Amino acid sequence: MTTKSILICGVGGQGILTASDLLSDVLLQAGYQVKKSEVHGMSQRGGDVISTVRYGDQVFSPLPALKETDYILAFEKLEALRNINYLGEKGIVLVNDFEWQPLTVAAGYEKYPADVVPRLKKLAGELVLIPATRLAAELGNDKASNVVLIGLLASRMDIDEKVWLEVVRRKVPPRFLDLNLKAFDAGYRFKAGA
Amino acid sequence: MAKELLSGNEAIARGAWEAGVTFAAAYPGTPSTEILENIIRYKDDIYSQWGTNEKTAMEEALGASFTGARALVTMKHVGLNVAADPLFSASYIGATGALVIVSADDPGMHSSQNEQDNRHYAVAAKMPVLEPSDSQEAKDMVLEAVKISEAYDTPVMIRMTTRTSHSRSAVELGERHVPPVPEYKSDFLKRNLLPGNARKRHAAVEERLKKLAVFSDSFAYNTMIKGRERVGVLASGVSYQYGREVFPDAWFLKLAMPYPFPIKLFQRFASMVDKIYVLEENDPIIETFARLAAPQKEIVGKDVFPLLGELSQDVVRASLGLKDMAPRHSADGVPGRPPSLCAGCPHTAFFYNLGILKVQSKGDIGCYTLGALRPLSAMDTCVDMGASITVQLGIEKALEKAGKTTKQVAVIGDSTFFHSGITGLIDVIYNQGKSTIVILDNSITAMTGHQENPGSGRTLMGQPVRQIDIVKLVRDGLGLEHTYEVDGYEVKAIRELLKREMAREEPSVIVVRRPCVLLYRKAKWSPMVVDKSTCTSCKTCLRLGCPAISTDVDGKSLINVSLCTGCGVCAQVCPYKAISYADEKGMHIGSMTLESFAKGGGK
Repeated sequence: MTTKSILICGVGGQGILTASDLLSDVLLQAGYQVKKSEVHGMSQRGGDVISTVRYGDQVFSPLPALKETDYILAFEKLEALRNINYLGEKGIVLVNDFEWQPLTVAAGYEKYPADVVPRLKKLAGELVLIPATRLAAELGNDKASNVVLIGLLASRMDIDEKVWLEVVRRKVPPRFLDLNLKAFDAGYRFKAGA
Repeated sequence: MAKELLSGNEAIARGAWEAGVTFAAAYPGTPSTEILENIIRYKDDIYSQWGTNEKTAMEEALGASFTGARALVTMKHVGLNVAADPLFSASYIGATGALVIVSADDPGMHSSQNEQDNRHYAVAAKMPVLEPSDSQEAKDMVLEAVKISEAYDTPVMIRMTTRTSHSRSAVELGERHVPPVPEYKSDFLKRNLLPGNARKRHAAVEERLKKLAVFSDSFAYNTMIKGRERVGVLASGVSYQYGREVFPDAWFLKLAMPYPFPIKLFQRFASMVDKIYVLEENDPIIETFARLAAPQKEIVGKDVFPLLGELSQDVVRASLGLKDMAPRHSADGVPGRPPSLCAGCPHTAFFYNLGILKVQSKGDIGCYTLGALRPLSAMDTCVDMGASITVQLGIEKALEKAGKTTKQVAVIGDSTFFHSGITGLIDVIYNQGKSTIVILDNSITAMTGHQENPGSGRTLMGQPVRQIDIVKLVRDGLGLEHTYEVDGYEVKAIRELLKREMAREEPSVIVVRRPCVLLYRKAKWSPMVVDKSTCTSCKTCLRLGCPAISTDVDGKSLINVSLCTGCGVCAQVCPYKAISYADEKGMHIGSMTLESFAKGGGK
């Protein structure tokens, strides 16, 4: 198979790197060659964060190519728009229906665009908005929103649900396991528009 | 054999363990930090420590190598500038036990002040450099570096980059092999670089380089891959991976050892092809050697590929006109999301006060460099580790000579002060400077992700130790009379102290103390809340740049309870007393004294 790319984006502190670790592990278990990339450092202080995962029979570059990426999984709406140019023609965009004002907006220097969703819709092969932060909060902790989103991504990928659950069980600390299994399930069985 | 997904940095740590390294030292710096953080997984087998700076770490690793132990020292690219002095001496001295130096370069400057290419250092210091292209090679290169180091009596550099350090790929895990450490033997002729000894060592270094050049020609990791077209790609590091995507039919020569350059191997490769593309990040190092080795060959390098920033398959394609990089969608109106000081950061009140006093501080390197960004905007210089104090002294003396005065404040963090601020402060005292130096002491090296330092009370390996108290060090050690301490959450007290000390015609040091707010995470603190009927939308609280404060739809301030730590700084700056604790009787972070925190042992 040709190499496929997934871009995960959001705001520092949202659990993006944990999510991309989990995803990479699933892909490795599913028998693919996997490369993952992330940027540390300044981005940990509330800045935007990107982690990318590429998989296939033989993967060279850890970075996705502009206009060729298969999936964008966004933990925040604005971050989906910031990275939308990575998306390939029929790419799938999965977005947490959640707004987090950047400081530049809070301080009044810039405005949070009102038309994020219509702009995303124009470019996405499929666009799914999921209230992952709210769903996770309802399950007991909004920090599990990353696993809700991973669950949604899993529902759009061709890998057995059992592989995902096995990796969640192995990677999540026991005291958070129940929450994360429910979070995964909420994302996996999410029906858009429901 | 077991395979695991490891980052390049984890793979370096694993490689060090497998290669029988028993001593590792570093000063933290992105993108190198996680190497030592992962070495502590093997703490039964490897002694590891944070040095106070890269120079001390390098010298300590060299000392370990003198004993026959295998030693590793890691740092970011600019850290090697600090350690350059022992680097050059180490090359003359050679290695008894292996000496492996990891330099993690940062093309694209994700978290650095420049994008220098440290392969230049290997060339200048006449030592071999290895450059892995993925995590497997990162691990393998440590094992190879140890072999080369001991076989050729030389330190070996491994050049990582942000992308190789921070990307993950599968690595085959191996066993650990440790040679017995022999009895310590003195070696005056090699290790005492008196000029008479050093002259002989220089001759030995030149001989060593010739042998290493022959070795490079046969080094198994300098790999030639057969192609289907008479086009060749010469590449090192992660650039090789980008090349494989762009040129599926080309011949490849991947240089895991860019220096000494394998001239004969390259000439053999060049004879197979009509045209050679050279892919490497930053400077044209292998390209320069390639042009010298095959002057007649058509070579495409930095004349086409960028010197600036990282490469990628996109950048390579775009440079050759093979890809239209025009966006599908305009990014107009997408606001930036720059990093900021955290909610509850004990540096915020200090920078806010600088704004009120209209002072631009001379800054340094750490989280607090973010005090330069809007809305705090209170730092107009940031040069290198420790330069706040010294740059300020230069400004002060030059202005004084010109008959001008200016209010000057230098700001530096605790870890950076230990790293290289102390010497600058001694310059100030010795040369009778008058500046005010603010040391933001949060008891940890925070920016790189909370590494211990001499002020933390704990070592890398988790050993509790006596904290070096900066106030005592400056007041009692250096004898600086005007040394003061203030709590980072006391807005008014910080301002009064700043005003008073800036007016003083003598040097003074203000230590703004409070542990990093992220160290308090375990407890549940009462957040702050805005009383909407009292808030006048004056936006004073928004000038703190606190990520927990934003504007509600009605234009009034809004505090995000899940981000707010309840530090109370916003309540202190609000002119209308519209902000208070959501739970007056709850636990207040600001009421926890520095002493009680220290007794609790930090995190």
